[in-house]
Amino acid sequence: MNVTLLPKDENEIAAAVANAAAQRLPLAIMGGGTRAGLGRPVAAKATLSTRALTGITLYEPAELVLSARAGTPLEEIETLLAAKSQRLAFEPMDHRPLLGEGGEPTIGGVVAANVSGPRRIQAGAARDSLIGIRAVTGEGEIVKSGGRVMKNVTGYDLVKFLAGSYGTLAVLTEVSFKLIPSPETETTLVLTGLDDVAAVAALSAALGSPFSVTGAAHRPAFGREPARSFIRLDGFATSVADRAKRLATDLTDYGKAEQLAGRASVSLWQTIRDVALLGTAPKVPIWRISTRPSLAPALVETVRRAFEARVLYDWGGGLVWIAGGEGRDAGAAIIRGALGGNGHATLIRASEEVRSAVEIFQPLAPPLLELTRKLKRIFDPAGILNPGRVYAGL
Amino acid sequence: MPPVRAEILARRDEIVAGLAAIVGEEHVIVTEDERRAYEADALSAYRAVPLAVVLPGTTEEVAAVVRYLSEGGVKIIARGAGTSLSGGALPSPDAVVVGLARMNRILSVDYENRIARVEAGVTNINITNTVAHRGFFYAPDPSSQLACTIAGNIAMNSGGAHCLKYGVTTNNVLGIRMVTIDGTIVDIGGDHLDAASYDLLGLIVGSEGQFGIVTEATVRILRAAEGARPMLMGFDSAEAAGACVAAIIASGIIPVAIEYMDRPAIKVCEAFAHAGYPLDVEALLIIEVEGSEAEIEDLIGRITSIASGFAPSTTRVSKSEAESAAIWKGRKSAFGAMGRISDYMCMDGVIPTSRLPDVLKRVGEICASYGLAVANIFHAGDGNLHPLILFNANDPKELAKAEEAGADVLKLCVEVGGCLTGEHGVGIEKRDLMGFQFSAVDLGLQMRIKSVFDPQWLLNPAKVFPLDGRPPLADAA
Repeated sequence: MNVTLLPKDENEIAAAVANAAAQRLPLAIMGGGTRAGLGRPVAAKATLSTRALTGITLYEPAELVLSARAGTPLEEIETLLAAKSQRLAFEPMDHRPLLGEGGEPTIGGVVAANVSGPRRIQAGAARDSLIGIRAVTGEGEIVKSGGRVMKNVTGYDLVKFLAGSYGTLAVLTEVSFKLIPSPETETTLVLTGLDDVAAVAALSAALGSPFSVTGAAHRPAFGREPARSFIRLDGFATSVADRAKRLATDLTDYGKAEQLAGRASVSLWQTIRDVALLGTAPKVPIWRISTRPSLAPALVETVRRAFEARVLYDWGGGLVWIAGGEGRDAGAAIIRGALGGNGHATLIRASEEVRSAVEIFQPLAPPLLELTRKLKRIFDPAGILNPGRVYAGL
Repeated sequence: MPPVRAEILARRDEIVAGLAAIVGEEHVIVTEDERRAYEADALSAYRAVPLAVVLPGTTEEVAAVVRYLSEGGVKIIARGAGTSLSGGALPSPDAVVVGLARMNRILSVDYENRIARVEAGVTNINITNTVAHRGFFYAPDPSSQLACTIAGNIAMNSGGAHCLKYGVTTNNVLGIRMVTIDGTIVDIGGDHLDAASYDLLGLIVGSEGQFGIVTEATVRILRAAEGARPMLMGFDSAEAAGACVAAIIASGIIPVAIEYMDRPAIKVCEAFAHAGYPLDVEALLIIEVEGSEAEIEDLIGRITSIASGFAPSTTRVSKSEAESAAIWKGRKSAFGAMGRISDYMCMDGVIPTSRLPDVLKRVGEICASYGLAVANIFHAGDGNLHPLILFNANDPKELAKAEEAGADVLKLCVEVGGCLTGEHGVGIEKRDLMGFQFSAVDLGLQMRIKSVFDPQWLLNPAKVFPLDGRPPLADAA
């Protein structure tokens, strides 16, 4: 029988974790559950949810800073920020369309999985905007790192280390971010018909321009849809119009750029952010690969020789989404073989059977795995926090 | 400092010979005169001549040196250019300094992917200088960027005047090659974005040389904006300047830099750089915006209009490259200029920007209560204060007073919701203040992490954590 613990404050979380540690009772750590399908399946009889730990605890628009308890719905935060024309810089992806889970994404879940979106290429990942955390370790100790100020190098940067640790090191209880102003407007240049190599070159040229590109994505042709490459500019209206015109001129070697303005641009980037543009059928395995942009087209070509795949490039080609993958390993050997040491590939979606059998996250080099194992033991000596979610035995 | 280990001092000749066997005699510094050059960093109030200094030329040599020293139980102080303002590179008599000065090559530059691979002893400015002809730059720009190394920047997670827009070191480093305490060479991160899983790179950046020695790094290079222009605005009060900064940021503009100087700082910097700073104001803001000519005009117009609500007594926009360079020279050489007139301790606390006027007033009161003068020069956009507490280093009583005043200032920063250090690091300087920001539980966790990377606490061991309450060390190998 699976019980769910719903502690209402940090002290209750600490008590619940300490209790579980004493009994060596593994806990599945959960926010809104919208990313429950990410990572390896966790074998736990009890779930500790942060859903009852809600509330924005600090918002200072003139300082561009916000703090919230881990279970606060992301939507609540984004709505509050929008009212002051501000936002989270990293444009966090919503995994629900891809993973098919219900529920509400929480800010703690965003941090635990270091969830970013297209703007990551220019504004950094979730971990780059995160300036402070409070958390409960696997021993039930309440700890903090960073704070609510913009710069902070006091003590080790546990803020970065806990971002993206999927609840395996500590239970996040409160997170603080620096924010950015929302742009007055945005526009997207669209290039049509480029092959992958030319598209990545065009995106690189755009990102290497002085025009502050905040999104650079490419969807290869499939079916009757031609290939399209997308370059986003945002800021004050006069400035965006001028930069769009000049960038389009600089990119004439890659064809004539159409422009998608305002709402149409906003919706387009939402479909890129949430990978809806991949247009994949349910159940097809989905891979997420981070690599050097110029290597990405050859990687995709190698994969396509092995199996049929739909592909979406983001981050100027540095992020590759692949839908496809055959056999019991969902194509892991082929993808990771093609990647070599040049980045990492994560299996985002697959059946539970495949997820139990395949390394979901890129395997670590032995010395780094050993280091990670020792660090896990420091944070969670009893091994009760989301055991095995990232690597087997961790 | 922790007690000096007499048994290590006694083995000095043997250790020197061991190091020479690895890197060659010419790269081991032995004589006292030459070792003295390494007795301190930019926090010159603290000094100790190290046992020896070794200058390896390759990662493999660093690995062999570290393995040799750790097997012998010898403390290791990694050193870049020795520009630390917190004593991060301060040695001890029983420690060997491992200097990265010879490892200063740019290994490759890849404009298409916007990355550069460098040896960690390269200077910060050298990266920008190497890529500037293509319009690119390396973003973090500490004031010491002419001298400081990427190794030191990574150790301290250094910032700079322009990090308001572009972030600090940790936001601009993609990968490192590091030698761990047992001499293993590991690659962490790479030339792609974000970690595969656990963000070890994020943990290591800012670990003050206590986890390993970083020998190479892959950093992001960015295309510079078409142009940039600073403007000066003088105010009759700190309150007005602080409120103006808040209003600019709340309006949706993030200038690439917002720097603040108070009256004593303006006077000294102007005398040094002849930048044309107004001398009759209480607070001076240097605000830089960037973009195309039209964008710069637009942003300066918006900022001027916002600022008019706070009655600046002077507003001056730079009209030429030379004028912009002079404005920045005054700011970036501020610490050096101050050093010409007085010894000083440079604080590095961070506060919520809304508390600026109040905190500046209290900083003045704290220093006055010790009979000391203070000058303030800092990054106003992010609340990173740099009060310079002036004192006479030849008077031990004044040094003690300056240290006490500095501690009070940093405690004040923590009290108002900020932190002890924004970009200089804890080092030796703020080690004993850590208890004001962190609980014993917080520090315990951090120290257990230190022990994972360095069970015997040989890497830069005297720094970061108070000497009381440290964990028992693992047995020497």
